[in-house]
Amino acid sequence: MAAKKKITLNRRDVVSRIVRDRGDMLMVTGLGSTTWDAAAAGDHPNNFYLWGGMGGAAVTGLGLARAQPDRRVIVLTGDGEMLMGIGALATAGVAAPANFTICVIDNQHYGETGMQETHTSHGVDLPGMAAAAGFAETATVWNKKELEATVPLLYETKGPVFVAVKVNTDAVPMILPMRDGTAIRARFRESVLGDRAYD
Amino acid sequence: MATTKKKQPAAVTWPAEIFKTLKDADIAQVSYVPDAGHTDLIKSCLADNHIKTTRLTTEEEGVALSLGAWLGGDRSALLMQSSGVGNCINMLSIIEETRSPLLMLVTMRGEWGEFNPWQIPMGQGTQKSLEDAGVIVYHVDNPDDLAETIYAASQIAYNTYRAVAVLIGQRIIGFKDWRK
Repeated sequence: MAAKKKITLNRRDVVSRIVRDRGDMLMVTGLGSTTWDAAAAGDHPNNFYLWGGMGGAAVTGLGLARAQPDRRVIVLTGDGEMLMGIGALATAGVAAPANFTICVIDNQHYGETGMQETHTSHGVDLPGMAAAAGFAETATVWNKKELEATVPLLYETKGPVFVAVKVNTDAVPMILPMRDGTAIRARFRESVLGDRAYD
Repeated sequence: MATTKKKQPAAVTWPAEIFKTLKDADIAQVSYVPDAGHTDLIKSCLADNHIKTTRLTTEEEGVALSLGAWLGGDRSALLMQSSGVGNCINMLSIIEETRSPLLMLVTMRGEWGEFNPWQIPMGQGTQKSLEDAGVIVYHVDNPDDLAETIYAASQIAYNTYRAVAVLIGQRIIGFKDWRK
C-alpha cells in the first residue's frame, strides 16, 4: 500500500521550498504544525495563521479565493486538520475556483497531541478524495524530485489543485508566529486591501 | 393520530425582501446549507450575477468561508436551518478571535407548532448556543419586521465587526404539513 512507502522529506524543507516562489500569493495556514512551518519559513503579511477552528483552513481559503480571484490562494494545512473538515473537498471541488490550491503537509500523524496516527497512516488517500470531488489537478509528493516538479502546479495550474506532500515525523524546532487573531486579520487585510482594510 | 393545522402567512413576500436587503447591504458572497424556508432566497442568490454562492457540506464551513471572504474584502451572508447552528460552535471562535463580521440567517425549527420531536433539542437551544458562542442574536416572529431586522443586523456585523444571527421564527415560515 502506498502509505507504507518510506518517507524522507522534512516538513520545514518542504514549506521553505514552496514559499520561496510565493510572489503575491496569499496563504492560509491550518491550526498546528503548518502554522509553525510557515512562521519558520519566514513571517509574511500575506500569511493568515489559524490557531484554532480545526477543520476550517480549506474553506477559509476558499472564501478568500472567491473574494480575490486574481491572486493565487494556497491553503497549507496538515492531514489531521484536513480530515476534520473533509467535506470541504466537495464544497471546493464544486465551487472550483481556478486560483485555489490546497497543499497538505502530510506526516500521517496528529503532531500537536502526541503523534497519534491519522487515517492517512492507514491508506486514506486525500488527493484521491479531492480528485473524486472534482479538483482539477491532484498529486502526491514523496521525494525532493517530485516536490520540484510539483511546485509550479501549486502556483500556476488552473485549480482547484490538491497536493499532499508526504513528510517524516522528525522533530523540528517550535517557531511560533504572532497569535493575536485580531492583529493577524488586520495585518493581512491591510496587506491585501490597502486603505479599504479599515472601511 | 397526530394532526397539524396549516397556517399560511398572509403574503409570502419576505424571501424577496431579504434578498433585496442583502443587495442593499452589499453582500457579495452567500453560502448555505439548504432549508425549505430559504428556498426562494437561495434561488434569487443563485440567479444573481454579482453574488458568489457556495453550497456547503456542513454549516461550520460557512463560518470559515465568511472569514476568508472578509480577509479578501467581501461581505457575506450564511444561510442555514437552526439544526445547523450546533455544527458551528467551535468554528465561531475564529470569528470572535479575529474580530471579523459574520451575518447568519437562520430559519427556525423546533419551536412554534413543531411536529417532529427530534427538532426540539437543537431548536430550543439555538439562541442560547449562539449567545454562549459570542453571537448577537435577533429573533423575528413578524414577517413585517424581517427585512428591517436583517438590514440592522448587517450594519452591526459589518460596521462593528461582530457576529450577528437573525433567527427567522417558525411562526413566519409556517408549519410543515405532515399530512401531505
